[in-house]
Amino acid sequence: MKRRWIQLASALIYNANLKGFGEAAIYQGKTKGVCVPGLNCYSCPGAIAACPLGTLQNALSSAPVRFPFYILGFLILSGLFLGRMICGFLCPFGLIQELLYKIPVPKYRKNRITRILSWLKYGILALFVIYIPLYFAFRNGFPLPSFCKYICPAGTLEGGLTLVLGNPSLRAAAGVLFDWKVLVLLLFLVSTCFVYRSFCRFFCPLGAVYSLFSRISILGIEVDEGKCTHCGQCVRQCRMDMKAVGDRECIQCGECKQVCHVGAIEWKHRKWRRF
Amino acid sequence: MKKFTEQRVLIGRAVIGLIGVLFLIAGIFQGEFHTTWSKAVRICLECIGIG
Repeated sequence: MKRRWIQLASALIYNANLKGFGEAAIYQGKTKGVCVPGLNCYSCPGAIAACPLGTLQNALSSAPVRFPFYILGFLILSGLFLGRMICGFLCPFGLIQELLYKIPVPKYRKNRITRILSWLKYGILALFVIYIPLYFAFRNGFPLPSFCKYICPAGTLEGGLTLVLGNPSLRAAAGVLFDWKVLVLLLFLVSTCFVYRSFCRFFCPLGAVYSLFSRISILGIEVDEGKCTHCGQCVRQCRMDMKAVGDRECIQCGECKQVCHVGAIEWKHRKWRRF
Repeated sequence: MKKFTEQRVLIGRAVIGLIGVLFLIAGIFQGEFHTTWSKAVRICLECIGIG
C-alpha cells in the first residue's frame, strides 16, 4: 500500500505541470534539462523534466560530434543508487500497468515462455535505443529516436493522446504513424490486464538498463543467507520473471517480504541502520 | 569469502559511482544540460506519433 502511494506521488511529481493538460502545451521551465529516473515522456503536457530514454536516443544522435556523457552519467548513478527499484516505485507507466492488472480477467502467470520473453527488452535496447539512432547519426547525420517513434506506449498515452486531442493542428497532422502508435499502446494496455506488467517485463529498455545494476544497487532488497531456508516461496509468489530475490528481473517491490516465514528478506538500508 | 565478496561490491560501487559523477560533470561542462532542455521544451513529434 505504501508502495502504491510512492508510485502515485512520483507520477504526480513527474507531471506536476497540471495546467499543461488544459492548455495542451508542454512545460518550458529549466527543470526540463534534468531527467526523471522512470519512463515519462517529456512531451507529456504535465512533464516538468526529461525522459531518460528520449534523452539517450537524442544524445546518441549527436554521438558523431559529442560523447553522451550527461545521460550516461545520469543512468549510471540512477542504476547504482536505486537499480530496478525505479521500476517498482518510480515509474508512472509501471503504476498504470499494475492498476490495469487488477481488472478481474483470467491471468497468464509467469512460466518458461515469459522467462524467455524477458530477454526481448535487451534486444529492444540494443536495436531501437542504441543501434538505429547511432546508425542514422553516423550515416545520414539526422536523429531518429526509433524507440520513441515506433514503440514507446508511454509517449503515445502521455504525450500523443493528450496533445493530439487538445491541439487541432497536431490532430490534422496525425497519420498512419499515429494510428500505429495508438495500436501499439492499445495492445500493451489490453495485454497488461492479462499479463502482469507485460511492457515492463518484455519490452522496456529502461528496465533493461537498470537491471544491469541489480546486484550492486545501493538501495533495494536482499536475502539474509544465514536465515534463508531456500523454500522458494518468495520466487513462487512473485509475478515477475525472477529466479532469485534481487536478480535482473526483480523490481525490488518488497512484496515477497510478507511471504517469507523466516524473515530472511530485508531492505538493504535496514542493514546500514545496525552499524 | 563473504567478506571478500562484500568488499568487491563496495569497491565496484565506488568505481561505478565515480564514473557516473565524472560523466555527469563532463556532460554538464560540454553543454548537454542545455541540449537536453532545448529538446525537452519542444514537442517531440516522434514521441507523440506525428513525425
